[in-house]
Amino acid sequence: MRRLLATALASTVIASLLAVTAAAAASCPKATLADIEDEIMCPVCGVPLGLADAPQAERERAYVRRLIDRCSSKQQIKRALAAEYGPSVLALPENDGFNVAAYLAPVLAILMASAGVALGMATHQRERRRDAGDQPAPGDPPRLDPADLARLDAELKSHER
Amino acid sequence: MSRRASTALPVIALLAALIALLAYGVTSRQPDRAVDEALADGERQPAPSLTLPRLGGGGSGSLSDYRGEVVVLNYWASWCDPCREESPLLQRWHRRIASRGGTVLGVDTLDVLSDAQAFIRETGLTYPMLRDRDGGTQSKFGVVGYPETIVLDRRGRIAALRRGPVDDEFLTQTVSPLLEERS
Repeated sequence: MRRLLATALASTVIASLLAVTAAAAASCPKATLADIEDEIMCPVCGVPLGLADAPQAERERAYVRRLIDRCSSKQQIKRALAAEYGPSVLALPENDGFNVAAYLAPVLAILMASAGVALGMATHQRERRRDAGDQPAPGDPPRLDPADLARLDAELKSHER
Repeated sequence: MSRRASTALPVIALLAALIALLAYGVTSRQPDRAVDEALADGERQPAPSLTLPRLGGGGSGSLSDYRGEVVVLNYWASWCDPCREESPLLQRWHRRIASRGGTVLGVDTLDVLSDAQAFIRETGLTYPMLRDRDGGTQSKFGVVGYPETIVLDRRGRIAALRRGPVDDEFLTQTVSPLLEERS
């Protein structure tokens, strides 16, 4: 009986510990340095943090690690970095307000460039067809001048008589 | 104008615009050396205006707050080892010149605030500090490295600068004569 009680108590304690650990894990977002490094800049080096090994970059990494240890989410970390270093520390601007232009402009530029290329190709092909229309196809007899054609018709008619 | 030329013109214009954009990108990243050149010619240019938040709060501070004083403007960061090495010397000079109408003015740049505050505590710095979180004011003085120190005379003109850590000799040669000048 005593053994049964001890087993039940141990099971309860273990289950409680597991539940607490799971709850803590769920409440602590899983941000990682590797995940964030390519989305933030090393302001001194002018390259993404993942590519930088300057002293300032090391200090920035240490700051990010501190925020990760405090269970900050990726967005919270990026906001904290922007508060410390200014918005230029973000490799990609936030996708709201005027910053949306940073995402729309390349798409619009690609669309406009594609339209330009398509228009250019269409014009070029039209010109080629028009030029080809002016020339006789290979194998065709050379075209006659309208005056020659009229003279030829007249001569043929005179022979028919 | 032939059809071929009319097609080629927009392409050439586009290429020229791209090259101009690249050239602008390259030249705009070059540090401004106007201050260095003026000093080499023996000229003292008026210092650009500078207004920044005081490090650790307390509103903002400006260079114009120190008009009439000799200002040793020092750009630093807590992650910069040479900045740590020169800071005791700057602190000594601040104490030395404070009673003679001079001050050291630190500008902490591209730094985490708590790291900067820890640096100040550890090194025992008491001179006024401003914070340039994104380094936006550096281009005004052509600052590209850390530390860099700009010495202003009592009329707010740039009298000397050191791109790199200062030493006692530099401060003696540049700051001491300025203290004798009238505003």
